[in-house]
Amino acid sequence: MTNPASVGAVEELPREKVEHFDRELAGILNRYPPDRKAAAMIPALRLGQEIFGYLSPAVQRLAAERLGTSPARAEEVATFYVMFHTEPPARHVVEVCTNVSCCLTGGERIFEHLKKKLELANGQSTRDGRITLREVECLGSCGTAPAMLVDEEMHERLTIQKVDQIVGGLK
Amino acid sequence: MSETLILSKRWGKPDSASLASYRADGGYGALDKAMGADPAAIVDEVKKSNLRGRGGAGFATGLKWTFLPKDVRPRYLTVNADESEPGTFKDRYIIEHDPHMLIEGIALTCYALDIHLAYVYIRGEFAKQARILEQAIQEARDAGILGPRLLGKKDFPLDIHVHRGAGAYICGEESALLESLEGKKGYPRLKPPFPAVVGLWGKPTIINNVETIANVPWIVANGGAAFAALGVGKSGGTRLFGVSGHVNRPGVYEKPVHYNLKKLIMEDAGGIVGGRKLKAVIPGGSSAPVLAAHEIDISLEFDAVKAAGSMSGSGGVIVFDESVCLVRALARIAKFYAEESCGQCTPCREGTSWMEGILEKIEHGHATAADVEKLEQVAGNIAGNTICALGDAAAMPVQSFLKKFKPEFLRHVEAHRCPMGESGWGLDQSSRDALVGAVRY
Ligand SMILES: Cc1cc2nc3c(=O)[nH]c(=O)nc-3n(C[C@H](O)[C@H](O)[C@H](O)COP(=O)(O)O)c2cc1C
Ligand code: SF4
Repeated sequence: MTNPASVGAVEELPREKVEHFDRELAGILNRYPPDRKAAAMIPALRLGQEIFGYLSPAVQRLAAERLGTSPARAEEVATFYVMFHTEPPARHVVEVCTNVSCCLTGGERIFEHLKKKLELANGQSTRDGRITLREVECLGSCGTAPAMLVDEEMHERLTIQKVDQIVGGLK
Repeated sequence: MSETLILSKRWGKPDSASLASYRADGGYGALDKAMGADPAAIVDEVKKSNLRGRGGAGFATGLKWTFLPKDVRPRYLTVNADESEPGTFKDRYIIEHDPHMLIEGIALTCYALDIHLAYVYIRGEFAKQARILEQAIQEARDAGILGPRLLGKKDFPLDIHVHRGAGAYICGEESALLESLEGKKGYPRLKPPFPAVVGLWGKPTIINNVETIANVPWIVANGGAAFAALGVGKSGGTRLFGVSGHVNRPGVYEKPVHYNLKKLIMEDAGGIVGGRKLKAVIPGGSSAPVLAAHEIDISLEFDAVKAAGSMSGSGGVIVFDESVCLVRALARIAKFYAEESCGQCTPCREGTSWMEGILEKIEHGHATAADVEKLEQVAGNIAGNTICALGDAAAMPVQSFLKKFKPEFLRHVEAHRCPMGESGWGLDQSSRDALVGAVRY
């Protein structure tokens, strides 16, 4: 475990990115009562991930400071939710659903295919930093299964050919 | 037989998500009508309608609303759009195709309950749906429907915000949802107190599913009695049933609450793929006890499915044909609950992983008959011993698969392998490609 007090000072972060973060966060904070700023933790971390690439201790600390809460709280949230990355992911994140309805229509085969093709185990990234491959739980696409998310964009009714096309197109 | 459509009637129309299109079809008419009436009258109509929650538990909506303490302010509405129960994929269609119906439902509910701030908690993976909903809310603000004056008429400030999750099934559980909305990890709270009394930021909070709230405009426009008449007994209206798995036309079907399950699968969803035989059906999302093929000639109404030993839950019907290895299917379901347990209670945290492990062992032929007994025991020790209902949701599938299909588990043990081998998920690629989507909008 890293000690949040000794690493991840906000000053480490590029200034213009912090300013960008602050501008966007101001808009987000309008959605919550002024005395309930901490409610914006998930959106603030999502914003941090977008701007800084991943949730380093410094980014977590930035979110916590701006929301008037503790870095421990930010870390707790950053590690609880699967859509948050506390390590830098590859340029593209490919997430294949292998839950029941997807498996009934070929989801597991698609995941196995991608593992073989990209030579990756679940959660790993290609050496060129192009793709992180993950197995995920139900994406809510059961009627249009099998499904996968690529950088938060949903692809449904997949076939092996379609998957090859989509993944092949990622730069 | 004429079928009344409430929720899906506008799906597939061009531009159905826009305010202009919603208005052209009479949208916000119910809100307009309600502006002239006593807010309490809305609550009465919802009570009369026999609307029951569409999020899983089927609790009477009107009754839930009356649990709000009389004089504590502020109070909040939280709409549950987490939609993460495997097999469930209906709320997203409401949001994609008719977001203003949901917004009007929220406005009516807030007006009825004297609530001035509402949040829609939507799962993080639904990025597109969150965008559509945010855009529709902005349209409603710009048109003066939301804001300081409701529908530009009534001195009733109301705003709605979309709050996106970030990937955690447990945040669909209502108290975990509130924790998450407060900016914390999604740890369910001990109940009571229930959220209606102590909810968001400690204030009274009503939590309802998207589909539940989307019914409110129709109820206000047509009267609670008309909604009740569409259903049966103490269960009113229609429901969105999602059918997935080995049917020819997977998709969302709007039907009366008491529609026949067999008919839904064999007729509406086009029957079983490739002319194969039906093996089993989960009628209400992955946590609902499984039914064997011969048990599906039942009404889908909440109490009827309960009487048949299962749950109508979230209306997600998962269909397995004869080519499926049910041990493999159950192992996959068990993995889901092990992954998604928040880890707060020991029986759930340890038990779900334990069950997953035993099931993997059985599936791969490394288990003994004693392991099968152990599995039953572990499930029994989780059920009823946890803070939230995820524990039960994990135990029920295991208990029911064992009850109905035990010989299949024992065959794995005896053969030291899966009798179905590699093909245990059925459906080869070519028959998969031949599937046509039923409700593809
Ligand atoms: C583990 C778990 C997950 C749940 N997930 C959802 C969900 O994704 N969507 C939902 O509406 N309700 C979900 N529920 C049920 C909610 O806790 C709550 O009962 C429901 O949102 C109330 O709305 P309703 O009365 O309109 O059904 C879940 C419950 C549990 C125990
Ligand atoms: S039952 Fe499971 S998910 Fe629910 S609070 Fe306990 S550990 Fe968490």
